[in-house]
Amino acid sequence: MPEPSSQMVTAAPAQPATGGLALTVRNLAVSFGANQAIKNVSLEIAARAVTAIIGPSGCGKSTFLRALNRMHELTPEARVEGEIRLFGEDMYARNVEPVVVRRRVGMVFQKSNPFPTMSIVENVTVGLRLNGVRHRKLLAERTEQSLRMAALWDEVKDRLHAPAISLSGGQQQRLCIARALAVQPEVLLMDEPASALDPLATAKIEDLILELKRNYTIVIVTHNMQQAARMSDFTAFFYLGELVEFGPTARIFTSPSQKRTEDYVTGRFG
Amino acid sequence: METHFEMELDSLKQKLLLMASHAETAVNQAVQALVQRDHDLALQVRENDRVIDQFELDIDELAIQLLTKAPLATNLRLVTVAMKISQNLERIGDEASKIAKRARDLSREAPVKINLDLPRMAGMALDMVKGALDAFVNRDSAAARAIIPRDKEVDALNKQIHEALAQHMVAHPNTIGRCLNWMVAAKSLERIADHAKNLAEEVVYLCEALDIRHAGAKAAEKSATQSAAEERG
Amino acid sequence: MTAPNHHWRQFKNAIVQVLTFACAVLVITPLILVFYHLVRQGFSSINWAFFTQLPKPVGEAGGGMANAIVGTFILLGQAALLGVPIGVLGGVYLSEYGTSRLNWWIRFTADVLNGVPSITWGIVVYALMVVPMHSSSALAGGVVLGLMMIPLVMRTTEEVLQLVPHGYREAALALGIAQWRAIVQIVVRTALKGIVTGVLLALARVAGETAPLLFTAFGNLGWAHKLTEPIAAMPLQIFIYAISPYDDWHRQAWAGALVLLVLVLAVNVSVRFLTRDRYARRT
Repeated sequence: MPEPSSQMVTAAPAQPATGGLALTVRNLAVSFGANQAIKNVSLEIAARAVTAIIGPSGCGKSTFLRALNRMHELTPEARVEGEIRLFGEDMYARNVEPVVVRRRVGMVFQKSNPFPTMSIVENVTVGLRLNGVRHRKLLAERTEQSLRMAALWDEVKDRLHAPAISLSGGQQQRLCIARALAVQPEVLLMDEPASALDPLATAKIEDLILELKRNYTIVIVTHNMQQAARMSDFTAFFYLGELVEFGPTARIFTSPSQKRTEDYVTGRFG
Repeated sequence: METHFEMELDSLKQKLLLMASHAETAVNQAVQALVQRDHDLALQVRENDRVIDQFELDIDELAIQLLTKAPLATNLRLVTVAMKISQNLERIGDEASKIAKRARDLSREAPVKINLDLPRMAGMALDMVKGALDAFVNRDSAAARAIIPRDKEVDALNKQIHEALAQHMVAHPNTIGRCLNWMVAAKSLERIADHAKNLAEEVVYLCEALDIRHAGAKAAEKSATQSAAEERG
Repeated sequence: MTAPNHHWRQFKNAIVQVLTFACAVLVITPLILVFYHLVRQGFSSINWAFFTQLPKPVGEAGGGMANAIVGTFILLGQAALLGVPIGVLGGVYLSEYGTSRLNWWIRFTADVLNGVPSITWGIVVYALMVVPMHSSSALAGGVVLGLMMIPLVMRTTEEVLQLVPHGYREAALALGIAQWRAIVQIVVRTALKGIVTGVLLALARVAGETAPLLFTAFGNLGWAHKLTEPIAAMPLQIFIYAISPYDDWHRQAWAGALVLLVLVLAVNVSVRFLTRDRYARRT
């Protein structure tokens, strides 16, 4: 079980994760009707590390992210081909239910969306309660643990039953992170989690992610290259549905090997 | 169309090239003052060193400002390399100043009757500087790599000149003071060649993102052919 | 800084303001007039007897509309039992499931049904229930009102559910919650106020329907003892009283109309109250 920590530890220089791949993607192709959004992408996501996905708008980064937790099954016209393995197990196998996959691979969205009819604590525990967990003590423990991991506990511990929407934007997003963590996923997917926030709230979220990566595998889509350079261990550059380059973040941002990556990173397009 | 940031990077490059031409002129003039015993020219060179020093300050300040804009990849390397290049050029300017000082002193005394190959040595060193800066402008990594081993030739020539001067000093003890001045001047030219080698190494880093400092001339020479092959598109 | 045509433009502004204000006032006026008229004519006949007594035999003064009031509530109760589950669940299906083709047809049908004249509904249920049962009944009345409610509730439910931001559905599913659970306990719960509003407004609407009840509930000057008997309802009673030649009944018709209007007003006010925004949102 991940350890709760209420303090921010100054982040050590990012080291590539010691061994272990959380997700292996092979020949992934995603299409919506006639539109081929992802073309033949193969990639390996290291465990307990942050992998950033960058690229211009429309390059397929969000589409790729959503393939990692079978969210495309909500869209009727979506077709997903290829193989994705979560810690070695085929995620898209016939006998694997999407619901089970999504409990192991959580997601935080760009626009924070705490459920408006619920209080803070109800939001945090919703993933557990609606999956049948009733044990009060467990729910209480998980609430505190998740809120601590999301660096929100100290701010809300005295008003756990206040409506979730009474929090500020940055707090709401951290609440959504706590909500996702409460289900104890192994991988956390984040789709531009800080893009709707002011710089101070963004900095808090970035710090939080650096803390979280000690125990979780994180994949984050971002259009902010400085953010990717600050936070991630590995970076993948997507363009027009293809994976152009993938490697350690430091290398991608100081000396990329593909010209398209170089052009994007130095701001010549996108 | 160029972005504002690209225009600022360009202005950084232009400043560097301007500084380089000042440094080259200083070396040329210093050697000329030395060989032609031109007292006034020597003083002028020492005066003009202030300009070169100011260039280093300006370029470093501009580079720091550019860093706040968080450049990445080639742009990042360009900015850090620019700071290194300005430092090396400033040192070249200082060495030229030192040569000028010796030229000033020698011009006040009678000439020494010895044939020294200093102009040739100066020419080699200046060629290296020019070559490095051309490689910088053209982003030509192979050309930069080719410069690095030439440092050894300059070193060899320096050694030759030292030995000739040493022999002369033994034979004609009354010329010791003047010969020592010549030795120092030769040493300065050798240092200028070292700085030119550094410039070339920085250019390689800029082009290839490979840090070849302290790697040894053999390694640089070996890869000179390699990098010519993998021309970056 | 004033441009040359300043005064002319100011004048034009004023004209438009006055015109639009006048139109707004024109919209409110009928309601005020109706209310005033009803109060003037009907208020005097509202007394305790009106609410508690049955209609007296023809010619006798006094009596009330107790049976009609109770009858209206009984009919509405049945209508709700029929209309609410089917309407709400149908709305949920339209919003959350189904293919776009099928849904298009369902929506189209619902919209058509919403436009069908109420008397047509009455005749249909007459043929389907009253004729085989050989009598008008409260049941038939409840059924016809319920059937009328279904497409209405279905469409308002669907619209309200569509207003729930898609992000909530995604967030719920991303937590590994089963789809049906996500829909019921998150989406529907978020839209609940809106659904209740839609149901209440539909009830308020069918409460005033007279024509379909003519063929089905038929009306009753006394109590209905079983659901299979004809039953009185307010709009029906008002109609019967109004076309009768008796002054006393006319007065009671006015009173009944006033009570009905107050009922509708009460529902609308409570809907506004229920849907007020309780939480101040911090940005």
